[in-house]
Amino acid sequence: MTRFVAGRIGFYTLVALLLAFFTIPLLWLASAPFTSNPTYEVRVPDFTWENFQIILDHPYALGSLVNSLILAIGTAVLVVVMSALAAYALSRVRLPGRDALLYALLLLSSIITGTAAMVPLFQLAIELGLIDSHTGLILIMTGGLLPAAIFMIKDFMDTTPKSYEESARVFGASPLQIVRHVVVPVVRPGLATIAVWTIANVWGNFLMPYLLLSDVEKQPAAVIMYTLYTEGGQANLKVLSTFGLLYSVPVVLMYLFVSKKYGFRFHGGIKR
Amino acid sequence: MAAIELRGLTKVYPGGVKALDSLDLTIPDGEFFALLGPSGCGKTTLLRTIAGLETATGGAVVIGGRDVTRVQPGGRDVAMVFQDYALFPHMDVTDNIAYPLRIKKVAKGERRAKAEEVAARLGLEKLMDRRPGQLSGGQQQRVALARVMATQAQAFLFDEPLSNLDARLRLEARTFLKKLQRELGVTTVFVTHDQAEALAMADRMAIMEAGLIRQIGTPSEVFQRPANTFVAGFIGSTPMNLLDAVARGDTLEVAGCKVPVPASAEGLVVDGEKLVYGVRPEYMTYQAGTVEGGLSGSVVILENLGASHLVTLDVGGVTVQGVVAEGEEPALGEQGAVVPRSDRALVYRDGELVAA
Repeated sequence: MTRFVAGRIGFYTLVALLLAFFTIPLLWLASAPFTSNPTYEVRVPDFTWENFQIILDHPYALGSLVNSLILAIGTAVLVVVMSALAAYALSRVRLPGRDALLYALLLLSSIITGTAAMVPLFQLAIELGLIDSHTGLILIMTGGLLPAAIFMIKDFMDTTPKSYEESARVFGASPLQIVRHVVVPVVRPGLATIAVWTIANVWGNFLMPYLLLSDVEKQPAAVIMYTLYTEGGQANLKVLSTFGLLYSVPVVLMYLFVSKKYGFRFHGGIKR
Repeated sequence: MAAIELRGLTKVYPGGVKALDSLDLTIPDGEFFALLGPSGCGKTTLLRTIAGLETATGGAVVIGGRDVTRVQPGGRDVAMVFQDYALFPHMDVTDNIAYPLRIKKVAKGERRAKAEEVAARLGLEKLMDRRPGQLSGGQQQRVALARVMATQAQAFLFDEPLSNLDARLRLEARTFLKKLQRELGVTTVFVTHDQAEALAMADRMAIMEAGLIRQIGTPSEVFQRPANTFVAGFIGSTPMNLLDAVARGDTLEVAGCKVPVPASAEGLVVDGEKLVYGVRPEYMTYQAGTVEGGLSGSVVILENLGASHLVTLDVGGVTVQGVVAEGEEPALGEQGAVVPRSDRALVYRDGELVAA
């Protein structure tokens, strides 16, 4: 009995420690922006809006959030449309070497990371005149995320019974109508997942925009964050924490919205 | 409403598998027709070829006098119920039933009215706002039926319409489907692997094996006079006795016993030739002791079929089965004989029925 109690106490202590380890940085992020002179400690804030005023006055901070939004949404639209079409074709058409192609795509995209391909991508962007442009960056990031997106969404497509489409075909629906009326609504949670995943990925991507955008007015929040230092070269905790909070909020809101709207569930089949 | 005609229909899959081998079949207008056969015999391929979901390699599909072999499924004016019903999970019952009308660009109000009308006929009026996932198997089936009825197609195709229902519901649905088909009078082809289902529902049926039609007939024809030993073995809930026999004048020597040559094969057997003697257990009468013209042996197994018993006799090393009424079943080990009804016994030569 004593051993059992001791075991329980030990277990919950461990859980509490682990929780604290993950909670403290988040608490800091929630409290520091409202504190007059934030340090690395978590303190009860004195609820000042001064830090937010500094961000508002910063020449690039708000613009960078808009840039992040443009890049994230642009990439998400491209990735969702292209991966859905590609995955549908790959899921429904039997091609020789289809599986090999898929695995090669996944393997190449996960092994050859952005860091490894940095130099050739930079060269390519220069040659094509895509340097310092949002369009170029969106295209390059779309390319990087597509293979994994195709792989994920193909799984959703595969689990959708073929009979849905055949049924619509016998009723006289055209291929485009089948995709619009049947396939897209059925895999919509999958598409939402891909969109959220892409947005989160682009939102947090530092390397590619840092590499390909030199104009500070075009840089997204992840890159601007890196520039928030005091004149002395110290991290400016006032702006850094406040900007960090503003940077996190849209992504959290998006998760909540999508989860409420689509619930990240999948109604591919009907239980019998 | 239209007749369906298949002429020399052939389907060869890439890789050389011949799923349909030059089939000829005519299904008259308004008939309830069953395609029956074991798995892999090509019955579903045949149905899908009629629907247009598979393209015929050779031959022609003619529906209502129009050659539709090269016509897309949507242009054939047929409607199909799939084995899994293929209801769209993201649409409610109304939208599911109205979907074919939406494709035909019928106005929204009109197609909702039509969906409600059809649904009321199938007792679905209280379920119109539900999603398919919130319906029972039987309700899903009725929604699928309502959806094909809404199309007002010339012919209906059902792929294993009852296989997704549990056993008791299946019997109800069987009666329901047959009644519905009779009322609508639309030519209907359905696929099943269950011989009892085919016998119970169909006006006529085709029994298929390996891409070939082995017999076409009404349920009674197929049950009473199977055209070959394959059909004989496939049809019937208790398997037909198929026993090696040798012709001896006007009798047949079967498992060491002598039985008269059946009426259907009289004068058609050659003395001394090897044949197969076939008779259904249901067409046997059991008597105790040794009986002239019967197959005598000892009772080895008794199986209760409810209102009757299936008696298995060991006749000189050969297993022979007969059905006896309840209360008349013999004791295990008893010596007895089953006597075939001469007008129901059949003779097969090289697997084919010997008959005039």
